[in-house]
Formats: sequence, structure tokens, C-alpha cells
Amino acid sequence: MTTLAANKPAYDGQTLDLTGKSGSRAFKNTLATVLIVLCFLIALVPLLWILWTVISKGYNLLLDPNWWSQSQRGVTVRRVGGGAYHAIMGTLIMSLICALIAVPIAILGAIYLVEYGKGTKAAKVVSFMIDILTGVPSIVAALFIYAVWITVFGFNRVGFAVSLSLVLLMLPVVLRSTEEMLKLVPDELREASYALGVPKWKTILKVVVPTAFGGIITGVMLGLARVMGETAPLLILVGYSKNINLNPFEGFMGALPTMINQDRTELALQPAADRVWAAALTLILLVLLLNLLARVIARFSTIKSK
Amino acid sequence: MSSTDGTAPPDRPADGTPGQKLDLGPVGHLGDRLFAGMARGSGALVVAIVAFVGIFLLALAIPALADNNSSFLFSRIWEPGGETPRFGIAALFYTTLVSSVIAMVIAVPIAVGVALFTTYYSPRRLAAPVSHAIDLLAAVPSIIYGLWAIIFFAPILRPVINGLSSALGWLPLFEKPATDNLGVVFTASVVLAIMILPVVTAISREIFAQTPITHREGALALGATRWEMIRMAVLPYGRSGVVSASMLGLGRALGETVAVLIILSVPNGNDPWNASIFAGGETFASKIANNAAEFDTPEKTGAYIAAGLVLFVVTFLVNSAARLIVARSGPGGKRPRRNRRAGTNPAQTEGAAS
Repeated sequence: MTTLAANKPAYDGQTLDLTGKSGSRAFKNTLATVLIVLCFLIALVPLLWILWTVISKGYNLLLDPNWWSQSQRGVTVRRVGGGAYHAIMGTLIMSLICALIAVPIAILGAIYLVEYGKGTKAAKVVSFMIDILTGVPSIVAALFIYAVWITVFGFNRVGFAVSLSLVLLMLPVVLRSTEEMLKLVPDELREASYALGVPKWKTILKVVVPTAFGGIITGVMLGLARVMGETAPLLILVGYSKNINLNPFEGFMGALPTMINQDRTELALQPAADRVWAAALTLILLVLLLNLLARVIARFSTIKSK
Repeated sequence: MSSTDGTAPPDRPADGTPGQKLDLGPVGHLGDRLFAGMARGSGALVVAIVAFVGIFLLALAIPALADNNSSFLFSRIWEPGGETPRFGIAALFYTTLVSSVIAMVIAVPIAVGVALFTTYYSPRRLAAPVSHAIDLLAAVPSIIYGLWAIIFFAPILRPVINGLSSALGWLPLFEKPATDNLGVVFTASVVLAIMILPVVTAISREIFAQTPITHREGALALGATRWEMIRMAVLPYGRSGVVSASMLGLGRALGETVAVLIILSVPNGNDPWNASIFAGGETFASKIANNAAEFDTPEKTGAYIAAGLVLFVVTFLVNSAARLIVARSGPGGKRPRRNRRAGTNPAQTEGAAS
């Protein structure tokens, strides 16, 4: 009591200012806000600029039905005409084959990490290697397949080799997203299934995976979107063909990235430039549609945890 | 919705008449063993793939390296094949590293800013669309980046290049080259910065959002402004996450192929080597992609595979370091931070603890 009373007069003289912050602190706070908003605006510029460039320069040809139904067979850089059918089909074929190989391995790998290997040292090694695989540059993946497919086995440069190298790039994307989804499946579901006498593998296949299905599809689509835009493996593992080739095991194959690459040095010529930007727009549309679709699916299939 | 499908079998009309037992097949261990084996096999396959990438590249690079007549690590000459193959990676290594590090230096502050914007500044309704928009940057194929950059983006960098080179031209790194060329390392770096922005942003965003609410509200309750709250609570908590995000971005930039291939002008073979970031050059990836047509003899191919192997090892190391930083310090990286501070500045520790 006495000490309080003694201290009191010391406070009386000055009023404690709780109303505002000092000028420099307020200034710093405002400055930081401005800088952070600025960062965000700067980050948006390239996206909008790229989209604007590609759309405004490419949309014209996309309105032509021939673009979707014809190849570039016999069309030279100076001539107008032809379409991207060969390249669209090539891109779709190579990425679908890639998905057929990568998705089962990825899902099984994720099942291993979540259901079987949880907490073990082996799972940690696998998990680390997936991280490493995520970081493998596409050119290294392409060189690796080149070394195996062409140098060691002596096969030709074909679309299937591209698919194989894309597997290395797609696998970690799908595996990680599947793993995240499987982790979200509540343990009660598994336990309920075990309690009914269902063996573990059937529990996984009929309870766990279906519950996480939406998320798995999302991962697959993001993986597909990633590999569709890859150019490096195409440059090394398959030649560009202007003709329609639907056989991934024989001959060169067109693809949208290589179609862009083919004519990008001839941009001074209007027909070539039109085709380059139209192919770029087609590719962006494919990739962005897959991305948007993936997000829509993800939104509607989130696992509800109680 | 779908979660009920598997768990409530009696409700499923498709399974036959009521009263009949739900037939889930024989309960045996064979299925379990098979399935577990397949799952383990897939896990092992991932490990095997990474190992095989290293082994195959090494196996094919060794013969070419054995025939090499100049120092692989320190020579800047690249003349594989022929009677006396001579090739070294010094120039490739330099350009790859410099372009990626500059890209990282440009990208990380902006990425941190964007991540802070979406987590603590933007109106809540805006945060998700903004994050998605930035993520879309990652979806743009790299060949389109390259094309857009060299035609539309590079010209606006010209004043920056001129300004930097006249201000800092006395440093070899910023030396102004003779020709007015926009396909230079600096241009590639800026474009790489845009390309790695979404990766760095996404990881930083996740870490920032995890900052414990007690830390944040504690700071605010002490009268901190929003920026002070971020500096005192969010940034220290997210430091290790941002470091590892930067490393992952660096790894991405090191291996980027096509955008760099399109942007960088390949220097003429007779020109003297130029260390300036305002000169052209070649990275590992662009060199390999640029010369894919030259893979005709095993010796020549071996030289490029050796370059690819170096790129693989470098990205492996960078990515491992990034993961280890996260694993060592965990999200938030509390322990190392506190120890370091306690050692250097006890006053600050008190401040942080209060």
C-alpha cells in the first residue's frame, strides 16, 4: 500500500498516451503495407501480360474449324493454313500414356507411405526421394530416358520415350497430392471397416481411396497440366512431325510445345507468327482448363472431417 | 458424400437383398500380402528411379570423361567429339549459377511480400482468388514464358540494363558488353524470377499462415502495428520455411530449360569469354537442349550426359539442403532461432519471450 501511494505521484505528472503510435512507427507500418501491396501487383503483371499477349495474338486462328481438324502437312512458314490437330493429338497421346504409367505407381506409392510405411525409416527414404524427384529438371529426366532408351537399348526417338520421361515428372506431383488426401481420411473410417472384418487391402481400395478420390483426381490433373507444357523432353526424345502420327511407338510426333518451337525463329513472317501464338494459346487453354477443373473438383470433394 | 459409400454397407441397395451377408470376398492374407507388396514395390520404385538416374548418367558419362583432353571442371571450352574431344563445364556452371542466384534474389522478396499479402493483408474474400492467380503463373508452360519474354518483356529491361551497367560497370559482373543485345543472362534471370515466384510464394504462404495465433495476438496486444507484428511474430516463425522455399526456387531455376534456351543468345565461339550478366551465355540445360541434334556419337552424347549429370547433382544438393533445413528446424524453426538469439542478444530474447 505504502509503496503504491509513494509511486502514484510519479504518474500523475504525465498522462500515459495510449491513443496512437509514434510517427516513425506509423510511417513504417504504412510503408510496409504499400510495399506488400506493390509486391502483389508486380506479381500479377506478368500473368496478365502473358495471358493478354497470347490471347490477343492467338485467338484468331482458334476460331477457324480447320485449326482443330487439320495438320500442318505441306504447309510452309510463308503459307497460311493448316491446323494443330497433329500437335494436339500428339500432346494428348504422350501425356495420357504418361498418366497411365505414372498414376498407378503414384497412388500405390502414396498408399505405401500412408497405410503401410508410416513412421518407418524406409518410408522416410522414399519420401525424401520423392522430394528429390520433384526437383529433377525436365532436361535431366529426358537425358536419363535418352541414356536408357536410345543409348543402352538402341531404340529410336519416339513418342513413347517422351511419355517415359514425363512419368518422372508427373509421378512426384500425383504421389504427393494423393498422400496428402489419404492422410486426411479419418481413421474412424478405417477402423469401422476393420471392425466389420474387412481385410486391410480391401479397406484401402473400397474405403480409403474412394473417400479421397476427388483429391486424387485433382492431383492427377495438376500432374497432367505440368507434363503437357514440358518442352525439353520433346526436343531430345522425339522429332517434330508436321503430319498426323498417332502411333507413339513409331516415327516422329507433333506436339504443341514443339509446334511453337518449330516456327518461333520465323516470327517475322505473319503466317508463322499467327500459328505460333495460336499454338501457344491452345496449349495454355489446355493447361489452364486442367488446372481450373482440378480446383473445381478439389472444392467439391473436400473430405469433411468431423 | 462419398465417404459414406464404403462405410455403411447395409444402406447400399446395390448389394443385393436385405438379410443376405455382405460379400466382401474371402478373408485371407494373400490379398493383403499382394497389395502390400505392390505398394511397397511402388515405394521402392521411386527410390530406384532416382538411383538409376544417377547411375545411368554416370555410366554413360564416364567413357566420354575418360577421353576428355581438357579439365572437365575448370575448362570453358566445349568441343566434344572429334579426334581430341575437349570439354569443360566452367562456363556453363558459371552462367547456370549466376542466372539462378540472381533470379532467387529478385524473386524471394517479392514472393514473401505476396505471401504476406495473401495471409495478413488482403481482404479475406480476395485471398483465395489471389493465391490461385499466382499459382496459375506456375501453370504457364515455360516455352511461352520464353517467347513472351524475348519479344515483349526484354525491351522494357533495356533501361534497367543500361542503368545498372553504367552505374556498376566497373565490376566485371556488370560490365557492359559491346553489342546491344537483350538476350543476356540478366534478362533470363528476371524471367526465371517470375517463373519461380509461384513456388516460393506458395511455400512461404503456407508457413506464414501457420504462425501460432498466440504469437500474433501477443504482438498486437503489446501495441505492435501490423508490420511490427509481422516482423516480430510471423517472419521469425517462417524464416526456415522461406529459406527452404528459396532453395527450392533456386533448384527450379537451375534446371529450367526452354525459357532460358529461347532468351539467352549463344555467344560466338570466337568471342572472349565474358563474365558479365549483360552478355549472352549458356546454362547446362540450355546447352543440352540446344545441341540435342548433335547426339550422334556416343562420345559426343557422353559429354552432354556428363553436363546433365552435373546439373542433376547440383539440383540434388540444393533440393536436399532445402528439405534438410525444413526437417532440422521444423515449421517455425523455433529452437535454432532462440539459441542463436540468446547467444548474441539477450535483450531481444526477453523481448520475444514477453
